[in-house]
Amino acid sequence: MTLTVHLFARARDLAGSDAVSIDVPAVATVADLRLALTHRFPALGDLLARSAVAVNHDFADDLRPLSAGDEVAVIPPVSGG
Amino acid sequence: MVRLTHNPIDYHALTEAVRGPHYGAVALFLGTVRDLTGDQVTEFLVYEAYPPMAEKKMAEIEAEVRRRWTVGEVALVHRIGRLGVGEVSVAVAVSALHRAAAFDACRYAIDTLKELVPIWKKETAPDGVGGWVHPTSELRNAECGMRNKDTIEGDAQ
Repeated sequence: MTLTVHLFARARDLAGSDAVSIDVPAVATVADLRLALTHRFPALGDLLARSAVAVNHDFADDLRPLSAGDEVAVIPPVSGG
Repeated sequence: MVRLTHNPIDYHALTEAVRGPHYGAVALFLGTVRDLTGDQVTEFLVYEAYPPMAEKKMAEIEAEVRRRWTVGEVALVHRIGRLGVGEVSVAVAVSALHRAAAFDACRYAIDTLKELVPIWKKETAPDGVGGWVHPTSELRNAECGMRNKDTIEGDAQ
């Protein structure tokens, strides 16, 4: 399946886009998505390792299964306030 | 009440919005843009958010505040976009019967916002150098304002 992944701040700058389409297996978890992102954007690697992943506006661990239509985002360490 | 806004935060109106005849205490926290971080001069900041998730997490913080403390009104507002030195980036206002709950709830709300809410700032110095701020967890835990330069992942390092 193909998922749209939203990117912010430095992660967006490194990937060169605020939203990218990523192919993952039909049965996939957040860990699979991280792997696919790293392959597609090697420069993202270090920051991605320090970033959280959000699925449908909640933080998701690596075991979280993904479904077509999920809203997925890479959340680099936050610095609001 | 939680909100992201592109406009200057009217913290007087926000304070009035949480005040009420039943509440003997109001705590207000303002985060403002600082001109110096260590020896690094800041010209302006740009704040960016993931709006639907940021507002959801801010609403969860308000719900948790209400679960932990008996409070009256709670307001969390974060500004996004370009902010100059001295401008207000975030405001948290809490009313309660007495000051302890107001102080504690306000402190919890701003601390948790800074830890969890998907908002980022990009610093720009007078010479145009700068970058997104993505703190490491060690620095976050230390809650320190004296960030190392290597936590600023810039376009022009």
